[in-house]
Amino acid sequence: MDVNFIVQHIPQYVDAAFLTLRLATIGIFLSLLLGLFCSLLIYFKIPVGRQICSLYIELSRNTPLLVQLFFLYFGLPKIGVFISSEACAIIGLTFLGGSYMAEAFRSGLNAVETSQIESGLSIGLTRLQLIRYVILPQALATSIPPLCANFIFLIKETSVFSAVALADLMYVAKDLIGLYYKTDEALLMLVIAYLIILLPISLLASFVERQVRYAGFGN
Amino acid sequence: MQDLGIRVLFEGNNLLRLFNGLLLVVELSAIAVFCSIILGICMGALMTLKNPLVKFLTRFYLEFIRIMPQLVLLFVVYFGLTRLFGIDLSGFTSAVIVFVLWGTAEMGDLVRSALISIPQHQYDSGAAIGLTKPQIFRYIIVPQTLRRLIPLAMNLTTRMIKTTSLIVLIGVVEMMKTGQQIIEANRYTAPSAALWIYGTIFILYFILCYPVSLAAQALEERWKN
Repeated sequence: MDVNFIVQHIPQYVDAAFLTLRLATIGIFLSLLLGLFCSLLIYFKIPVGRQICSLYIELSRNTPLLVQLFFLYFGLPKIGVFISSEACAIIGLTFLGGSYMAEAFRSGLNAVETSQIESGLSIGLTRLQLIRYVILPQALATSIPPLCANFIFLIKETSVFSAVALADLMYVAKDLIGLYYKTDEALLMLVIAYLIILLPISLLASFVERQVRYAGFGN
Repeated sequence: MQDLGIRVLFEGNNLLRLFNGLLLVVELSAIAVFCSIILGICMGALMTLKNPLVKFLTRFYLEFIRIMPQLVLLFVVYFGLTRLFGIDLSGFTSAVIVFVLWGTAEMGDLVRSALISIPQHQYDSGAAIGLTKPQIFRYIIVPQTLRRLIPLAMNLTTRMIKTTSLIVLIGVVEMMKTGQQIIEANRYTAPSAALWIYGTIFILYFILCYPVSLAAQALEERWKN
């Protein structure tokens, strides 16, 4: 184990980790929006929109991110749609994450009792008010545990970004192995880097989950 | 330009080669799922034990495997083991090892949660009507656990099938790699082949996973108490 080598290459890993985190944050934010939008369309049974969303969810949930990325990055340019690798990574992550988020929101929405909605309507709330003040707060509280699980899942999925030429953690590790044959050191740093990123998030997620369970909205 | 691309799919035995890649994906998933179910059940049973050491070890194993992206695990086994211990594993073998390790952890957690979700009174009622311990397990606990477990295990199966796409990155010649070879071979005669080949692979993965997730959904609905 070459400690000097490790110390020397920490900055590279830090840069890569920030790239991973930046792309993951944008991707997660966009997939939250997409997921919320889809789940509301399905929940309120909007014609056409609902079918499109269901189709999208099934397509995205049943195919791997790597294949989606390859299609976006290598396939689409052939019909004249050129996407940079960063944009491609964000689009891919959003395409994948949107459906998982939609499912998480859907389980929350379905958990809201019909009596809540009827009570809201009977005191004269408009549909938007009903969504804003009655349905969403309760649904979100139930959705938080699966949403947290999705955050972690999506951050883990970013590890395939190296396949579309982004200098993420995997890419740096592969690079160091290829350049210097320092396999052990590169892999050790890779594992540690992911632990540093994911362990706090995972701990935070289980903490939030417990808090929400205590909150026990509506029960 | 587009009709040039789709032609590649049906040329020679290209389609057959893609299917061979698909078979490899199925084979890997089948081995991984089979081993994970068996080991996962043992793991789940271990996790319900009260022994603090067992609890700590299983918990640590589960959390570590869960937190690492599968691709990282693949790299660690494929490149790391070779370097550290001089074991020369093929990509496929490393993939099997990683998938079984991962599947065992996930499956173990599913088994654990299914086991502890059976309320205590089910055991007590069984004992009260004079069933022996094996009988309680055979007729009361196992059927209920299975009903909770099977849909979740099927979801895990689709996740495993999807994750097999990563093995191309440790150099296993499966569906993606075959697709790349076909694209490379036709680079000049059919430049738009990439769109069609990757589109086909996308659809093939969908065809593979969709029935399993549909069945999982249906079973979950049917067994909802």
